[in-house]
Amino acid sequence: MSSATMTAPREQKRHSLILWAGLVLVGLHIAIALLTFVWLPYDPTAMAGGRLEGPSLLHWLGTDRLGRDLLTQMMIGSRIALIVGIGAVAIGAAIGVTLGLLAAFASKWLDDALAATLDILIAFPTLLIAMLVVAASDTANLWSAIIALGIALSAIVARLTRILAKRVLVMDYITAARTSGSSWPKIVAIHILPNIWPTLSVNFALQFGLAVIAEASLSYLGLGAPPPNASWGRVLQEAQGTVYTAPLGAIAPGIALVSLAIGVNLLADGLRDTIDPTRRAR
Amino acid sequence: MTLVRVDHVSFGYTANRRILDDVSLDIAAGDTIGLVGESGSGKTTLLRLLLGLTRPDSGSITFDGKPLDPGNGAFMRTFRRQAQVVFQDPYSSLDPRQTIRSIIAEPLRSLKIPGDHAKQVGDALEAVGLERDVGTRFPHQFSGGQRQRIAIARAIVPGPRLLLADEAVSALDLTTRIRIVDLLAGLSKSMSLLFVSHDIGVVAALCRRIVILEKGRVVETGDTASVLANPKHPYTQRLLASVPRLSLNEVSS
Ligand SMILES: Nc1ncnc2c1ncn2[C@@H]1O[C@H](COP(=O)(O)OP(=O)(O)OP(=O)(O)O)[C@@H](O)[C@H]1O
Ligand SMILES: [Mg+2]
Repeated sequence: MSSATMTAPREQKRHSLILWAGLVLVGLHIAIALLTFVWLPYDPTAMAGGRLEGPSLLHWLGTDRLGRDLLTQMMIGSRIALIVGIGAVAIGAAIGVTLGLLAAFASKWLDDALAATLDILIAFPTLLIAMLVVAASDTANLWSAIIALGIALSAIVARLTRILAKRVLVMDYITAARTSGSSWPKIVAIHILPNIWPTLSVNFALQFGLAVIAEASLSYLGLGAPPPNASWGRVLQEAQGTVYTAPLGAIAPGIALVSLAIGVNLLADGLRDTIDPTRRAR
Repeated sequence: MTLVRVDHVSFGYTANRRILDDVSLDIAAGDTIGLVGESGSGKTTLLRLLLGLTRPDSGSITFDGKPLDPGNGAFMRTFRRQAQVVFQDPYSSLDPRQTIRSIIAEPLRSLKIPGDHAKQVGDALEAVGLERDVGTRFPHQFSGGQRQRIAIARAIVPGPRLLLADEAVSALDLTTRIRIVDLLAGLSKSMSLLFVSHDIGVVAALCRRIVILEKGRVVETGDTASVLANPKHPYTQRLLASVPRLSLNEVSS
């Protein structure tokens, strides 16, 4: 906090660089995802060329072992990844922030009970919970994966929200708000949420990355939807048998995953630093 | 006329430990009272009760003749306009994410006080010795002393009859402290002031009456000058003996 109050111009330049890098990476994925709704190079389920072709003008990333166009599948993967990330984080944030605030305001024993429950939930690996839920639902359904991931993430969000909110609640400006006649819901809306939001949003970006990677892992383990709704994890799984002859099938999903996860995190960091008044220059 | 009457009030945060023990105290309209006591003697706790943030376990508090009841919404709305507080730590008392204007306007908005809020905020800023146009800035752009002025502006903007200052100058350096004490002295002409401090020198300079609190009990109360000149209770005598003469001279000079 103290170093942030004197944001030097160089520091500022770094902030806007981070923001721009994030915007470009995430913007690229969003643009591709939107494009898939109106246009795709090929039918993702049809044989579009020979098997395991290398990159060419017709197939920029080549084809898979069934002759399907890899670029087409990668583009659909962007759409799936964004839906998974946004969906899981939205669910996790809605449940997690609500529970966390409740715990922060709850009487001591209820707070202790909630905190202990959250710790136990968090001890289970996110992926394991998601696997159980998806395996339990008979069709490999994207939405069951999203809901399972969202619930798993909500425990982490709730624990963080609880700690952050408690830290804000003891500040004198909360007491001042009460003696100013502000109601508790109003205090939450205008004092608590804005003050925990910067840390939360950076955490959401992290969770977004985790959710996308977890879904990719589910798909890689064979628990994901098949084409035309295949995620990058599924593409990776299908490519693993031919990784030596056609390595692009494994490299492309990896690069796509990493670029999206990093992009979202850079974007969240950059946005926080630009929006936060205490981090802006004088 | 009595503005606040604290009548045989006892309070503990937990059942087995009393923080305030049978405290009685009157605040007359327009009076300035210094509340002095060691760390942990219950000064802040007493202020919380006076603000209706916590209820006493036994005894009663009346404000302007009416019982101070945190559950009575209609009463609390008028009460909040009339009793305001300034805290010790200027870094914790202002929301870092709000502009100065919206910080000072919060009581006006929440208590639905009619009038031109922008003008009222400007007037309050002027009254505490700040420029009218600093409202668009954020707390981190101000020094500790300036922040304390902003906190005082927020406290006086609804036009309170009672101002509670909880060690409002303790965190400030000596020159800033004297300026803020001057500011409070000016304000105390138009409202009652309960001024909590360890610093007997400041209390001597600012307060007509003094209340000495020891371990949650009022052990001595009276005219500041006569209590300081002739302390009756051994605790007050010890408290005075531990004050270096220097600080008394500095503030009154
Ligand atoms: N929220 C709380 N829960 C439990 N005990 C508390 C709480 N707040 C204060 N206490 C206890 O009540 C006692 C009186 O505290 P209080 O803050 O009123 O003292 P004080 O006179 O204002 O001290 P200081 O000069 O250090 O501010 C202390 O022993 C403290 O430990
Ligand atoms: Mg205190």
